[in-house]
Amino acid sequence: MKFGTSQTGVGRSVERVEDGRLLTGRGRYTDDIRLPGMLHAVTLRSPYGHARIRRIDTSAAAAMPGVVAIYTHADVADYGPVPCMVPLSGPIQTPRLLLAKDVVRFVGDGVAFVVAETREQARAAADAIEVDYEELPAVASIAAATAPGAPKVWPEAPSNVLFTWEAGDAAAADAAIAAAAHRVSLRIVQNRVAPTSMEVRAAVAQWEEGQGILHVGSQGVAGMRALLAGMVLKCPPESLRIVTGDVGGGFGMKTFIYPEYALVLHAARALGRPVKWAGDRSDAFQTDTHGRAMESDATLALDADGRILGLKVETWSDLGAYQAQFGPAIQTFAGGRILGGVYRIPAIHNRVHGVVTNTAPVDAYRGAGRPEATYIIERLMDAAAHRLGLGTDEIRRRNLLTPDELPHANGLGLTFDVGNFPAVLEKALANADWAGAPARRAEAARRGRLHGRGLCYYVEIAGGGSAEEFADVRVGSDGVVEVAVGTQSNGQGHETVYAQVTAERLGIPLEQVRIVQGDTARLDQGHGTGGSRSMAWGGSACLEAADALVARGIALAKADLGDEVDYAEGLFRARNSNASLSLAELAARHPGGLDGRSRYAPEQPRPTFPNGCHVAEVEIDPETGVVEVTRYSCVDDFGTIINPLLLQGQIHGGVAQGLGQALLENVVYDEAAQLLTGSFMDYGLPRADDMPPAIAFDSLPTPSPTNPLGAKGCGEAGTIGAMPAIMNAIIDALGGTQLEMPATPEKIWRLAQAQRLPQAAE
Amino acid sequence: MDDLAQSVLVQWRVNGVLHELDVLPGQSLMDVLRDALRLTGTHMGCMTGHCGACTVMIDGRIAKSCIAQAATLPRAEIRTIEGLMGPDGRLSPVQQAFWDEAGFQCGYCAPGMLFSAIELLSETPDPTDAEIDSALAGSLCRCTGYQSLRRAVRAAARALRETP
Repeated sequence: MKFGTSQTGVGRSVERVEDGRLLTGRGRYTDDIRLPGMLHAVTLRSPYGHARIRRIDTSAAAAMPGVVAIYTHADVADYGPVPCMVPLSGPIQTPRLLLAKDVVRFVGDGVAFVVAETREQARAAADAIEVDYEELPAVASIAAATAPGAPKVWPEAPSNVLFTWEAGDAAAADAAIAAAAHRVSLRIVQNRVAPTSMEVRAAVAQWEEGQGILHVGSQGVAGMRALLAGMVLKCPPESLRIVTGDVGGGFGMKTFIYPEYALVLHAARALGRPVKWAGDRSDAFQTDTHGRAMESDATLALDADGRILGLKVETWSDLGAYQAQFGPAIQTFAGGRILGGVYRIPAIHNRVHGVVTNTAPVDAYRGAGRPEATYIIERLMDAAAHRLGLGTDEIRRRNLLTPDELPHANGLGLTFDVGNFPAVLEKALANADWAGAPARRAEAARRGRLHGRGLCYYVEIAGGGSAEEFADVRVGSDGVVEVAVGTQSNGQGHETVYAQVTAERLGIPLEQVRIVQGDTARLDQGHGTGGSRSMAWGGSACLEAADALVARGIALAKADLGDEVDYAEGLFRARNSNASLSLAELAARHPGGLDGRSRYAPEQPRPTFPNGCHVAEVEIDPETGVVEVTRYSCVDDFGTIINPLLLQGQIHGGVAQGLGQALLENVVYDEAAQLLTGSFMDYGLPRADDMPPAIAFDSLPTPSPTNPLGAKGCGEAGTIGAMPAIMNAIIDALGGTQLEMPATPEKIWRLAQAQRLPQAAE
Repeated sequence: MDDLAQSVLVQWRVNGVLHELDVLPGQSLMDVLRDALRLTGTHMGCMTGHCGACTVMIDGRIAKSCIAQAATLPRAEIRTIEGLMGPDGRLSPVQQAFWDEAGFQCGYCAPGMLFSAIELLSETPDPTDAEIDSALAGSLCRCTGYQSLRRAVRAAARALRETP
């Protein structure tokens, strides 16, 4: 189809439909829901990283004012555990029960669920529950968990290693490394971070006529219902309705089922009243899934000219205390196959060990494995350039795959389809004034500041686990075309971009289209939002549903008008007369009958490969160790761009999350597995003044052949590009001294004290 | 627990409407706004005053309502995000600028960002980028990387300067 023909269609920076309510305080987030007779729940959590529960005494708490019920494990023992959908650990199971039975395994593990008339009463009662814990030895890090004789998180896994996953050819990689002119090895640590949506998780449950209704911030209601009904509550999916209103950010973390979602449903049914659980920031830091958390030994082999001969990586991935919903997949299927990026690598091998520790479960966080994989290869590329005396641009130039080498099988099970990586690199270097950086370095040196520049060429495997997506279109007698989609906006602006796509396809004004999401009563199929998949598959589903609507409308109009009918711009016109029917008129004649439904499912589902080049420049004050990102730009290939304004918002937010991980963010547990970063006082989230003056974005698209829109997905790219670009710039400023994230002032100050920084002033 | 039961009568004009309310010591202004007055546009983000999602205006100054004790405000003029529109129901110039520039994504941080912009621009009609950052730095946003928020504040400044 031809795009870009309408003022509000594909490629136009249409303003957001969502903002009318969000700007005026009329958004409806889960905690905004207040139902008549609603009770309030609080989870009592383990204060220990690892402990045996000897006894729980709820009698004093139960007698407190307003308390309606207190649940412990025995009350919910018939339900299934929070599911892990990635069976990499074989027979070793790590079931996370809704409430801990006799052992708690991380700080925040749920022990009791208290329901009272008010939240304050529930909290006071939770404080009055007496739990007799026997503290057990804990392991809070990969190093501690894999040390000889380490305490066991699970007796079933004596080594604390649940699985080892491999891809590629180990012998070939070893041989390439052994024979290479140059070998560069790095130990790379990727810090544990907290997704930290501004809206904390919450859930409200009520039962009506035998159906449980769960209001919850999710990244897709259909998937959550299937798992919650099928694996946890063990009820038919039809007995649950899941409703997601406005969501205050998710970043992967809100994809998953958390114990409270089942517990509010249980309590609401048992008590015959609606029940709300609304977490606080402490709940969030303790129990939202964390991200990254891994250590890798990585070796890159190169010939004398800096051409890559082989790559070998061994990673220890911290899974937390329980294998989360997709946790084991993140460094394996999701990220482990993209290792090596879009470079020409003749021999490659990746080995990943899944390690359990007494920490919060780790799962998908913006990029989910792709930022981690990219970070490894991009750090290696810079270290190799440094070793060989090559420019960091030149080493990439020599190794990037060219368009005539595509499609290219990467040796780890992926085949890159389209792209023009060298052109994107050159455009990014030009836009960033890469050549002008030495002059800026000299100028910074005159001010006593260390200057560095960093590059990252990333490729993402996008599209999520499934290319299937659903859309359901209905036209009301007012002519409004309502499209229900199986993905779920968490702030990205899907109500706007899907409307753009649909309105253009139907040739009608944007205002005539209304996008709805997040209610299984309206659409109970769909794979949700994650893995930068929504536009490619959800957008394609909107197109196909619009086509189905037109086909249905033509059939109806044909009968009504007694003539062959054509559709254009909202009108069904008879071929042999002046008769016509608008969408509204036709819908009024057939109440509830003018509709269309699509299941977008390509015969051979393939992922998309967004890619791009990020360039960062930093200045470091050696006196204080403070890093300032002074320039930032990127050139990306997202295929077809639907709404440039909203797309740039995705890049900017993604870059901020990458910058946060590189400079500020770090979840810290002490040796006893106590969480030390449980609030915004201890966990550094980027603020406005942490960001570079501008993030310059440019696009050099090669449309994806996998979907009719040609879209590749843009949700995670910013984060993937930012971590390596910024860290490479910092390491460049430090004269090649390797440094792990986050690059805090303290770490750099210590390097300065140890005389390990280059002299800034000439 | 005894003194907790001692409720205090407060008189507030909230978004122009007078309310007499019994509030409890220890109860935050945020909770009263959200629970008693159902003004849920004021959001809970941290309860420690770090994120700004609960920002309101008390007697003309912005404040984080999660750490403002309701009972310490016997009489107050309070404005919440619901009260930013003009009497004609139109968006204020600052809101319109945030819409025009796609300032927000999830919108949860809107109270902090909008009120910070309003206060900044009331005192500094033509702010520098550093002044904008400084004003926004009292609030956290996880979605936008602050780029669109900065752009929106600049646009709002222009709009306000052009509107008499």
